[in-house]
Amino acid sequence: MSDSPKIRVATTSLAGCFGCHMSFLDIDERILDLVDLVEFDRSPITDIKQLGPCDLGLVEGGVANAENVEVLREFRRQCKVLVALGACAVNGGIPAMRNAFPLADCLTESYVGGIGIHNPGVPNDPEIPLLLNKVHPIHEVVKVDYFLPGCPPSGDAIWTFLTELLAGQAISLPYTQLHYD
Amino acid sequence: MPLSSHDTVKRMVTGLLTARGHEPDLLLQHLIAIQLAYSYVPEIAVEVLSSVLGVTRSRIRACVDFYAFLHARPRGDYDVLFSDNITDRMAGSEALRQQLTKRLGVRLDQTRGDGRVTVSLTSCTGMCDQGPAMLVNGLAVTALTPKRIERIGELVEAGVPLEHWPAKFFVVEDHIHRAGDLLSNAEKMSAGLQRFLDLGPQAALGELEASVLRGRGGAGFTTALKWRICRDSPGDERFVVCNADEGEPGTFKDRVLLARYPDLVFKGMTLCAGIIGARKGYLYLRGEYRHMLPRLEWVLSRRREQGLLGWDICGQPGFDFDIEIHLGAGAYVCGEESALIESLEGKRGVVRKRPPYPVVSGFQGRPTVVNNVETFLAAARIVEWGGHWFRGEGTQQSAGSKILSVSGDVARPGIYEYPFGTPVSRVLEDCGGTGAQAVQVSGAAGVTLAPSEFSRTLSFEDLPTSGSFMVLGPDRDLMDMTRNFARFFAHESCGFCTPCRVGNRLLEALVEKVAAGKASAYDLEEMRQIGNLMRQASYCGLGTTAANHVRDILDKFPDTFQRRLRPGSDFTPAFDLDAALAAARAITGRNDAGAHLEEA
Repeated sequence: MSDSPKIRVATTSLAGCFGCHMSFLDIDERILDLVDLVEFDRSPITDIKQLGPCDLGLVEGGVANAENVEVLREFRRQCKVLVALGACAVNGGIPAMRNAFPLADCLTESYVGGIGIHNPGVPNDPEIPLLLNKVHPIHEVVKVDYFLPGCPPSGDAIWTFLTELLAGQAISLPYTQLHYD
Repeated sequence: MPLSSHDTVKRMVTGLLTARGHEPDLLLQHLIAIQLAYSYVPEIAVEVLSSVLGVTRSRIRACVDFYAFLHARPRGDYDVLFSDNITDRMAGSEALRQQLTKRLGVRLDQTRGDGRVTVSLTSCTGMCDQGPAMLVNGLAVTALTPKRIERIGELVEAGVPLEHWPAKFFVVEDHIHRAGDLLSNAEKMSAGLQRFLDLGPQAALGELEASVLRGRGGAGFTTALKWRICRDSPGDERFVVCNADEGEPGTFKDRVLLARYPDLVFKGMTLCAGIIGARKGYLYLRGEYRHMLPRLEWVLSRRREQGLLGWDICGQPGFDFDIEIHLGAGAYVCGEESALIESLEGKRGVVRKRPPYPVVSGFQGRPTVVNNVETFLAAARIVEWGGHWFRGEGTQQSAGSKILSVSGDVARPGIYEYPFGTPVSRVLEDCGGTGAQAVQVSGAAGVTLAPSEFSRTLSFEDLPTSGSFMVLGPDRDLMDMTRNFARFFAHESCGFCTPCRVGNRLLEALVEKVAAGKASAYDLEEMRQIGNLMRQASYCGLGTTAANHVRDILDKFPDTFQRRLRPGSDFTPAFDLDAALAAARAITGRNDAGAHLEEA
């Protein structure tokens, strides 16, 4: 699939806060070990925009709009293994809190009736992706191979996950890396 | 609400508190009375209850929110709830519900503009042998037909008070078709306590031990052991609780036992009190059976007059015991003993962490025996006639007989009593259910039996059962059953633990996805995995058993799901992606290519 002898990894953030990506960077100097094993394709880390065939896709964030759907589907098409990274990808997370309200109410609050709004009106530029009526976890849109929970998963958890996956082992996270309170 | 009616409600609630009492345990009972009077619980009632009972307003509102029969907003003058068990559906309840809503010009769950009527669905009301059934302002109306529905429509439109409705609408039949050791000659049995007093508590417990009676609620804990542990647990007070919260879909035998043999049930509770040293007992009667309350109260007061309840029972100094009836308000989980105790204490029916078990720390933190109606009835009989008599039938580990509630596609639905060890096929023959494609034993939480399993026997060794026995004839689509059960559990989960609260919602969504023909084989595997997780990780029996029906359909009737899968898909989304953009399209007025999503 991939031309490179190294494992090709792509990452993206859909309806997320980039916190999982920040946590990914918390693997600190271990990233040097990682780049010996992997090559990054599309990712905020590389700023590559076009996704090519990959071995592994890490997806942060839930699915909130039409663009999220398109990006997620592209990741599923191109990546052999797809991972839901963090609470929003796994469950919808914080952005899904809007699911309790009708979309029209959310948009009106943000663009029409809220405090300090100039030129009120819901934007309708075709450049702006339309919102789905609810925010969904990514496995409700595409098939997902692994779920790594946490808000965010710790750098150590991400490291354990990646090294064991790359080593071809069954993934086993120690309790401390899955225990959040 | 105008100020004057504020005052009316205040006066009513104050009167209620004076009449029944100021203990916080009575909160739920007060709320039920208020709901009945006003068709909802007005905010001012919450204020008064809060200040008098010393219970926070948020806890009271949580209670109103939790119980299906309590409401924070007014229901109609006629609050109509169609029983929505699969047996009601099989008998045509859905068409009748549509007939009534159309006749009255009202939509499901929406109170009509003039406040006259609300029509909703509710979980099984325990009238499966005479369904379809409904509750009107909490009272059971049975044997619904199009004609009866038409008449009900007229009565509602004309505003005829319930007490002037035809009495035959409210007739609840007993339908005892087969009486065994427990039910035959039960009328002749002494309702008195002489035999118990002759034996004394120690010997009476000995008879129970000899009988090896096990609890009839389904779990089958040894009754004598439960009573002994309770008696030996330290506590300044002990309690006896009779669980008549018969909520398992398809079960109605406790209703018949309480209608036909209330004295024996109360007798069983009384001798339990004598053995464990309790002075107070509760009958927790499910709200769906409120029609029985006046008669049960009458039986209790007669027993008091007869000296069988109250101070110095039968002239025995110090043998003091009385029974109070508490109503439930529509919550299946309250059949679980720790949730039932929470409900008895006037709280939401949320399960408790165990241990400690109720026998050590139950009602008000005191040692408490909670037993099923049938268990107390059996205990009464055992003390009268001896443990060895009881052992005369049944199997090695399941002494005695079991009372079954038989419903569904059978010629003679009703109550059947069999010795433990009776095969399912025998029951089917007797009730006229031959040709069945499946039997659902033990209710929605039980097991779905395929014809190849009809030789299995009703017993703790093989098929433990709470008594529910629902028969599905050859022409039924099991998809209807599994959808009904999935909806039921998603509604009834108490929310205490995540595997049950979330798992049941996920299962419901997946079952609906299959039913809509939008699922792939991947979803079936998901159902299995979620079911396994619920079984392993849920806190109480509700969650551990709620996925049984899905597992049984997957294993024994795979075609039910398989033939509905979307052809050629190994994965399908959980929702319609393009439709999910419709709201945004409407708000923005966009309809360009980017405003749509194609199917993958």
